[in-house]
Amino acid sequence: MIAQSFPRISPLGVDGFLVSFGDKLAEPANRAALAFRAALERESWRGVEESSTSLASAYLRFDLAAATHVEMQARLEGLLNAQDWCAADLPGGRRLWRIPTVYGTALAPQLEEAARAAGVSAQEAVAMLSRTRVRVQTIGFAPGQPYLGELPENWDIPRQTKLTDNVPQGALVVAIRQLVLFSVTTPTGWRHIGQTAFRLFRPESDSPFTLRPGDEVLFPEASAEALENMRQDPEGGASCEPLT
Amino acid sequence: MTRALICHHASPGVTVQDAGRPGYLAQGVSRGGAADRLALAEGAALLRQGPELAALELAGLGGAFEATEDMRIALTGAPMRANIDGKSLAWNASHLLRAGERLVIGAARQGSYGYLHLGGGVATPLVLGARGVHLAASVGRAVQAGERLPVGEDAGLNGVGLTLDPVPRYEGGTVRVVTGPQTAFFNPQDQERFAATTFTRDMRGNRMGVRWVPDGEGFHSQTGLSVLSEVIVSGDIQITGDGTPFVLLSECQTTGGYPRIGSVIPSDLPIVAQAVPGTRLRFEFIALKEAADIERREAARRAALGSTVRPLLRDPHDMADLLAYQLISGVSAGDELERRP
Repeated sequence: MIAQSFPRISPLGVDGFLVSFGDKLAEPANRAALAFRAALERESWRGVEESSTSLASAYLRFDLAAATHVEMQARLEGLLNAQDWCAADLPGGRRLWRIPTVYGTALAPQLEEAARAAGVSAQEAVAMLSRTRVRVQTIGFAPGQPYLGELPENWDIPRQTKLTDNVPQGALVVAIRQLVLFSVTTPTGWRHIGQTAFRLFRPESDSPFTLRPGDEVLFPEASAEALENMRQDPEGGASCEPLT
Repeated sequence: MTRALICHHASPGVTVQDAGRPGYLAQGVSRGGAADRLALAEGAALLRQGPELAALELAGLGGAFEATEDMRIALTGAPMRANIDGKSLAWNASHLLRAGERLVIGAARQGSYGYLHLGGGVATPLVLGARGVHLAASVGRAVQAGERLPVGEDAGLNGVGLTLDPVPRYEGGTVRVVTGPQTAFFNPQDQERFAATTFTRDMRGNRMGVRWVPDGEGFHSQTGLSVLSEVIVSGDIQITGDGTPFVLLSECQTTGGYPRIGSVIPSDLPIVAQAVPGTRLRFEFIALKEAADIERREAARRAALGSTVRPLLRDPHDMADLLAYQLISGVSAGDELERRP
């Protein structure tokens, strides 16, 4: 491994910077990334076109005609030094979601394989995963799609070396102590362990993106028959309540 | 009745595209938009209209189209066989498509993505602020046979029969690359070997990205497959599990966990997008400052493309309907030939 210290600012592409708070998934780094991005949005520096987060970093893209890398890096350093970002609060207005999930079966064929990699039986895996409350650490990869964590250490299982051709919308997949709930049908290198009827991206709606970073999610176990009924429900059988 | 383009036949990869929808990265929606954004700028220059207007992107194959009223059109990007009622059309040029005539666009002779621009632009409804179809994000869908695409108002029919010299981008060659936050995941010898290797465009490729097969062995990062998922941008060169680079295009995901050895600069990305299977390519690392300067210059050049447009000269003997052509348009300053570099 390469020794690195955090936080760290590095260029990403020709017109962006990445501000990283860690190279491992960790709660303080995730808090820092969310809070730092919120601060970037508040600052609204001239020339900044967009900001975003991933699990442990914030990204900023700027107009090359409006600022140089030297100027933008100096601003980022200034903001970075303004406070301890790892101690920042979680975003406000968080909610707890319950999203019913079919584990295993033909609907989610890689449960056994993933459980084996995590060193537990399929039954133990379901018991554990259906009761673990995970948090939306970032939205990414596809529209409204959450990265959820963090799972217990035995779920630190690597991605597959080959991609699975396609998993359906609503698929729950696992790797490296995280769950991802897919918003679209997509190829993936993660293992497909559960299936839901939940829609994360509703382009026809006024609020097209359902989950927000900071929201918490439970994936209670459901039967395949129940899932069929939930597909008729606009909420996919899910419910949500405010978190205080 | 609004102006419309009727699509009598559309090959599977025909989509409405514009400059995409920046600003939704944090919500998991990549910018999307035309795979070859330079072709959008060229079409806008030929029709002397805004580069924000939407056009039809044709992935390798075109279709058969009819206009409900007289319209200006322009053809850019991958050159394709095209005719109006059987009379063949020059590519990289603007033309008049009269109401009821049949515009047929066939297969690409070179490159992957051709563009059909319309005076006034394709005026489909905005979704999240843009018209570009984003198949990976399930925003919109490909154009279907029988569909009528609304077309925006155009100021007039002047300014057809114009052409420009496109930037060559269909033969592969060398693309310039900057290092990124994960370049150091690859040891220096592998970085050097990467820059010295020639790659061949694989069969696998679409608007999300294109796979490149190295001459020789693959590339492996020291961090393996457990890299934390990170923000990715179009141009990024992901090294997938089998050691093969995948260059991400406009419809890429917004985050990803495969380590990235660098990023192709936006100005050179059309070369990657337009490559057909078998095309050969090399990646050349350049300094960030140099890359930023190149991008600034290219932005200025794209903005000034309109001044390079000139009349399309054809042999009058080939033109059965000479009087139907406006060889010199009303908006031409008349000195384009002199100003041509």
